[in-house]
Order: sequence, then structure tokens, then C-alpha cells
Amino acid sequence: MFKTILGAITSFALLSGVSSVSQAQDKPILNASYDVAREVFSAINPKFQAQWKTQTGKDLRIDQSFAGTSRQAQDIIQGKKVDTVTFNQVTDIDILVQRGLVNKDWRKAFPNNSSPYYSTIAFLVRKGNPKHIKGWDDLVRDDVKLVFPNPKTSGNARYTYLGAWLYANEKFNGDQGKTKQFVGKFLHNVVNFATGGRGATVAFAQNGQGDVLLTFESEVLNIASSDEFKAGGYEVVVPAVSVLAEFPVAVVDKVVDEKGTRQVATAYLQYEYSREIQLLLTTFHYRVNHPDVAKVVADRYAKVRLIDPTKVLGSWEQIQQTHFASGGVLDQLLSQR
Amino acid sequence: MFSSLRFFRNKPILPGFALSFGFSSLYLSLVVLIPLAALLMYVGDMSWPAYWAAITDVRVLQSYRVTAAAAVYSTIAATVIGFILAWIVSRYDFPGRRLIDALVDLPFALPTSVAGITLSALFIPEGWLGRWFALFGWQISYAFPGIVVAMLFTSLPFIVRSVQPVLEELESEQEEAAATLGARQWQIFCKVTLPALMPALITGASQAFIRSLGEFGAVIMIAGNIPFKTEVTSLMIYVRLQEFNYAAAAAIASVVLVASLLLLFLLQLVQTQLFQKDAR
Repeated sequence: MFKTILGAITSFALLSGVSSVSQAQDKPILNASYDVAREVFSAINPKFQAQWKTQTGKDLRIDQSFAGTSRQAQDIIQGKKVDTVTFNQVTDIDILVQRGLVNKDWRKAFPNNSSPYYSTIAFLVRKGNPKHIKGWDDLVRDDVKLVFPNPKTSGNARYTYLGAWLYANEKFNGDQGKTKQFVGKFLHNVVNFATGGRGATVAFAQNGQGDVLLTFESEVLNIASSDEFKAGGYEVVVPAVSVLAEFPVAVVDKVVDEKGTRQVATAYLQYEYSREIQLLLTTFHYRVNHPDVAKVVADRYAKVRLIDPTKVLGSWEQIQQTHFASGGVLDQLLSQR
Repeated sequence: MFSSLRFFRNKPILPGFALSFGFSSLYLSLVVLIPLAALLMYVGDMSWPAYWAAITDVRVLQSYRVTAAAAVYSTIAATVIGFILAWIVSRYDFPGRRLIDALVDLPFALPTSVAGITLSALFIPEGWLGRWFALFGWQISYAFPGIVVAMLFTSLPFIVRSVQPVLEELESEQEEAAATLGARQWQIFCKVTLPALMPALITGASQAFIRSLGEFGAVIMIAGNIPFKTEVTSLMIYVRLQEFNYAAAAAIASVVLVASLLLLFLLQLVQTQLFQKDAR
């Protein structure tokens, strides 16, 4: 018995060894992404592999990792050999810069501040929109209960928080006190702080918690049209003003230089800007900058004025420090009872 | 002390002691002691005021209260339910007994976050189980009782598995003797059966309690995680990790660890004090 198993393992190892020698192969690359990116990258990766094959004649294996991007950044800091990151948080790449893993000029490495696609925060409401939710002002009403993940543990919730803040900041002409009051009310209307996007979706759509689910527009549209939740008849509400949510990408310089994968890693990220992939991204309800593609799909997206947080609140580092660090504004507002 | 040293001079009769002892200590070091040392190293880098600030943050303090209270309730419930389960499985022979016996271990096999999601769906006010509690106006999922339910689910096997073997070993002669001496049924239970089970019950309950203190996956799925109401300590540790504040995370973790160790030590003490006296 033992011998047969051993034999099977050896022959398997030999076979796979042989097959890898017989073809010209590049070193595999590992791409780390946020939690809900699975479907997107399972669509992009085969296309890039095919393109790489015609371009260089070599087979390429792309390994994928999905988790919250802060979690991903921690893993990379602790030595996980990730070649490229495709995140939904600028700050989680900035922390890699601080630890010397990514070049500090990474925002200039690719077009549009190294953000091949973007989205914003939108609302998912129950069938028929019974609470008449139209914009951010409705979310601070006493009779409206919200569901979104904990901004400390989830990237999209950080944008959600910033969306409410930026809206209030404009509404009150930069009056800090009133803005804090607005956002504090907003946070206290939350009935469930899941740790991740999926948990929030389950709480809202499956378990009937709250009146509004807040997350990326792309995710909201995906949920509304998914086979799993279509029957619920949920409606999507895009507020007139919301926050610009960038999906930044970067090559992890230290790792690619070590592994010698810089060329393929760079090509992989550059490929996300190609017409084909930009079009593909719109099928996942992301917004893209490619001029042709943007024109073709323009009518599929609600009109919304997007505010770039860094134009109003300073750099991401400052935003992180002021709002999301331990004891920051978010903690202060949550601590008010 | 010396008698234990003599052990090393006289070779044990059973062969393979050196190898198995070496393996055990290596394993313990690699899997238990080194991670613990790493945790303490993170804490060691902190100054006292920083450590104190990390572990006495108001939200963290409240999370200790929530966690400890929920763990107490769930342990009491798990002890009662676990005892009854162990009782029927070891004392009666009925069709489906082995099935129940096997089901007890299911919480060990199930990923705890899956358990959390499933429980939260069952206990929402419209859920299969939640609707009965809703009649009394009790909210289970996404409220404090949800935490208790999740902890109860993950800690129940500890009670059953520590009580059951003792119950099976317990010979019915003692109980029969008590009966012939004229003891009533409840007297037999309280004076004969229960004292013999006490050490196992306490061990199981303490394991269940400590497991509940650290439970993360199942709890966060059902708790709602509202600051000051339903945030557990393991979530606060997770949040600190997400802030890349490893030192603060380790500091909070050290509090849980010390609390668990103290509790274990205390129980050990109580057990030896209480039951050795009885045995004499």
C-alpha cells in the first residue's frame, strides 16, 4: 500500500517535471488582489496569458491571491513573494512604499495615477425603495438603518465613510463641527459592521438587515444582477455626488527584482489599460478612462459628480492619519454614544 | 522533585522514550512556544505607557466586558446542554445514539465563519429559529445574544468530550449501592454521580470558556460588531492588525492570554484542593 502511494507520487512528480521542461516557460507571477476581485481576474488572466504566448512564445502561469488588501499588504511585508498588487486602496500600497517594497513614485508608473479603473460608492435599497432613499441626506434620517463593513477592516467601507464626509463637508461649506455631526449620525445608523464586503452583503440581502447597503457601485450593480440575489428585486441608487474610488496597481519592485519578473509583471499591469481589458472591466460595472470605451458605455452609468478625496482632505497619508488611525476622527465619532 | 530526576537515571522499560520525548518537545517549541515568544517580543518592544494605553482603550475595555460576559453565559449554557448530551449518549442505548455521538464533534469540523453565517441566518427575526425568540421581542442575530449562541456552538464539544468518558467509566455499582441503601434518585445524582463528574465538568467548562474568549470566526459573523455593544476582543485585535499596529494587537492578545492562563492555573488549584481532600 505504502509502496504504491510512494510510486504514484514519484511518477506524478516525474511527469510534471518532464512536462515543465518540454515547454518554454516563464517564471510564474503572483498577483494579489482585494476580496471581490475574483471574477474580474479570472477573466483577465487567461487573456493576458494568451497575449503573452503570442508575443513571446512562452507559457506563463499567473497565481492569484484574494483577501482584504490590508491583509495582503501585511503578508507582503512579512515576506510573501507577490509580483503585482491590484488593490482598492492607495494607502495599502503606500504602506509597502514605507517598508521599501514599492518604489515611492509608483503612482507615475502607469496612466491615471496607476489606477486602470475606478468606481464610486452607491446604495443598494430594497424592492420599490420603500424608504425613498435618494442621496446621502436620507442616510442620516432616524428611520433609516444602514449596513456596510467596518471601515477599519474593509477598503470599500473606508470610501463609504469618506463619501459621507466629503458630501457633508461640501454641504456645510467645510464646517468641521457640522460635518462631524453628520458623519457621526451616519455611523450610528449602521446596524451591522461586518468585517468584509461579503459579510455585509449577506447581512443585507440574505438576512434582511437594514434598509441600505453601501459599497462600491460596481459591487452594488453586481449584487443587483447576480443570480443569487436577483430575485430580491433590489434597486440601485447612485447619489448625485459621491467619492472617487480608485483601484490602484503597482509592481512590487523588491520582489520582481529578486525574481527577475519585472518585465512580465509590468506588461501584466500595462495590459489592464488595453482597449480589450477596459471593455471587459465595464462588464463588471467598473468605470474606465479609455476614451473609446468610456464613450461606448457612457449610457450604462448613472450621472454622478465624483470628488477626489485627496483634492479636499490632503494626501492619503494625511487622510489615513486624521481619519482612520487609532484614535482618529472615525474612532472619535464611533466612541460618541 | 528528586524522584522525578531519578526517572532519567533508570531507563524506562518502554522503548523509544528519547525519540518521542525529543519529538514532543520540538513540536511544542515550534508550534506553541515560539509563536508565544514572538507575541511577547512584539509586546516587549512597547513602553509601559504605550502598552497600558493599548490595553485600556475605552473600546477595548468594553470589548473585554462583552467577551467575558458572553463567554460566561455561553459556558453555563454549554455546561448544562453538554452534560445532558453526554448523559444520554453514554447512559442510554437508543437508535441514533452513535449519530448523535458523531454530531457532537461537528463544530470542530466546520470552519467557524461558516458556522457563524449559518447561525446568523437561522437566528434573524424571520429565521427558522429566530422567529420564536422574536415572539418575545428578543433579537439574537446581530445583537449580544448572537455572540453567546456562536460561542455556545463552538464550545459545546469540549464539555461533552470531557464528561462523556468519565460518565462511561463511572461504574453503576456505586449508584446501585446508594439505591439499596435507600437513597432517592436525586440524592444518588447529587451525592454520588455529580461529585465524581465534577473534575471533568470543570475541565470541560474551563476549556469551553477559554475557547469562547478567543473565538473569532463564528462570532464576528453574527455579532453585528457595533462599537461598545457587540465588539469582542478578538475583533479589536484584528482591527489593530489591519491598522498595521502589531504591537497594540499583541498587547491586547497578551491580556487574553494572561487571563486564560490565570484561569487555568486557578482551576488547577481549586481542583487539587477540592478533590484531593474529598479523596482522602
